[in-house]
Amino acid sequence: MTEMLRVLNLTKVFTIGSIFSRAKIVAVNGVSFEINRAEIFTLAGESGCGKTTIAKILLGFEHPTAGIVEYRGRRIDNIKPNERFGLRKEIQAIFQNPFSTFNPLRKVDRYFFEALQNFGIAKEEREAEKIIREKLEAVGVAYEEFREKYPSEFSGGQLQRISIARALLTNPSLLIADEPVSMVDASLRMSIVNLFKDLRDRFGLSVLYITHDLATAYYVSDRMAIMFRGEIVELGPAEKVLQEPKHPYTRLLRDSVPEPDPYRRWTSKVVLAEQEHEEYLRAGCKFAGRCPSAMELCKRESPALYEVDGVKVKCFLYR
Amino acid sequence: MKKLIEVKKIKAYYVLDIFGKQRTVRAVDGVDLDILESSVHGIAGESGCGKTTLLKVLFAAIEPPLRMIDGKVYYLNGMGTIDLYAIDESERKKLRWSFASYVPQGSMSVLNPVLKIKDTFRDFISSHLRGRSKSEAYEMAKEHLKELGLPFKILDAYPHQLSGGMRQRVTIALATVLKPKVIIADEPTTALDVVTQRGVIQLLKDIQSRQGSALVLVTHDMGVHANISDMLSVMYAGKIIEEGRTEELFENPRHPYTQYLIKSLPRFGDRSKRESPPGSPPSLFNLPAGCAFHPRCPFRISRCESEEPPVFKMGESHRVACWLAEG
Repeated sequence: MTEMLRVLNLTKVFTIGSIFSRAKIVAVNGVSFEINRAEIFTLAGESGCGKTTIAKILLGFEHPTAGIVEYRGRRIDNIKPNERFGLRKEIQAIFQNPFSTFNPLRKVDRYFFEALQNFGIAKEEREAEKIIREKLEAVGVAYEEFREKYPSEFSGGQLQRISIARALLTNPSLLIADEPVSMVDASLRMSIVNLFKDLRDRFGLSVLYITHDLATAYYVSDRMAIMFRGEIVELGPAEKVLQEPKHPYTRLLRDSVPEPDPYRRWTSKVVLAEQEHEEYLRAGCKFAGRCPSAMELCKRESPALYEVDGVKVKCFLYR
Repeated sequence: MKKLIEVKKIKAYYVLDIFGKQRTVRAVDGVDLDILESSVHGIAGESGCGKTTLLKVLFAAIEPPLRMIDGKVYYLNGMGTIDLYAIDESERKKLRWSFASYVPQGSMSVLNPVLKIKDTFRDFISSHLRGRSKSEAYEMAKEHLKELGLPFKILDAYPHQLSGGMRQRVTIALATVLKPKVIIADEPTTALDVVTQRGVIQLLKDIQSRQGSALVLVTHDMGVHANISDMLSVMYAGKIIEEGRTEELFENPRHPYTQYLIKSLPRFGDRSKRESPPGSPPSLFNLPAGCAFHPRCPFRISRCESEEPPVFKMGESHRVACWLAEG
């Protein structure tokens, strides 16, 4: 298997507050993973777990405090802006809200022609139109329906598919999708995630799917990582991670997803964190405050990633 | 079981006047609904199908450009039947929050950002129960939080100091402090994390079963419905197209739209291919003729394109508006 992207010990520290009261938030703490060719890799976790920060670092919007990002064996975390431009052709992104991806006062097709021109992919309009038709077809939108229209004339699901088509214009090898379905109606979500599977199978595209929706993550991903307060707590094949969760936090997450089956209702109760930001500052395992099987050791020391049954788990239970 | 709210053939439209041209958005178009005591009634559907408007009608929160065109809403508060839209605004005000209460969507913006939570509680209590002193109101708030298992220290906090999930739970606590008979919740868990979502649903269910009230829960998340709803109504383009007991609806959905909604859900342990319904929901001011779902329906017959299907009874409580269910 060819490795497309490798992330090694990635760390990002944000300093917040004024000069009088500084506080450091470790948004991403020593995260490592890799994405292979034609693979859908999912980063899943709740808000504030650092998944979007990772996406921003990969796209070059943020600089990591420490750690390495490699794309096809080449370091990309410290490259110059002009090198970054060439990389944009290879790594493309789609975001949560398609309505804020496009300027509301600009016709959507302008973005398409502009992108093709800027990257020197098409020289003349005819050629550009052919490429656009092809990409729109891949996402299931008709060119005639799309031409000369403003973003507000599309529905959310349609516009999200159009923003995927835009990302495909440069024939990227890696697509970073940050919460692409959370603004889309539940019934239309499948049409977006099916698209990822389709693109993977047809064009060998690799996808980094960032989400908090475990059900769609289970459905589309090949491998996945569960993040909690800036750290990866469990990493492995999606089937294993979600069907036989090992880390107590993964178990809690998995049990909290309401199953669409009226005969399997929740019976137990959950405990919610009262002060979320305290968990970032906690020494030892960040989940120890809420963990049902916490030991003395968990409060003092941070566990390493232990390999059990093909899955990496950051928990002392698997020492 | 006793009925608490009875809705008869309501039509509520947004009537917009744009440069002298009238446009009508048929947000709720002929809906019948019964809300029963001690039950959870779920309402499902895509965004823009009229769910929120239906709740506004139930809660008598109709403001222009929304207009009640037709139909009746009755509150049955044990002392008789009240025709909600025939009584004075002052009478309606008394029923609001004490008989029926409303947990709005996006409760981030519900709480006053410059008041501490306890002052918000005090304002709320004293404006509804006359003659309560400040300390009595505070005691009442404390008592209520204790029942719900929320920490007292939040009373001294400002809204921005609380997490999203906690703010949502405070809003729910506020809406239920007067022990209403009906709690109407509009997408109470959207934009919350999975674990927090579970906590909020748990809280709503707790309050509902402890107070023996009815909970009307609107969400597009079918997983949540499967988990707590007793009855489920599926809305499409301003109409309830299928209704029944939740178990019955999940096992035996009759309307093609409901079938799509349920079959398209990803399930753990099953990675077989799922399909979304083709196309997108229709715009409410330009509905297709006949059945509003027919352009997206794989089973349509010629009749669907011209005639609107009536509601067919499929059993004890199962109703469906689809020509396929006829006969």
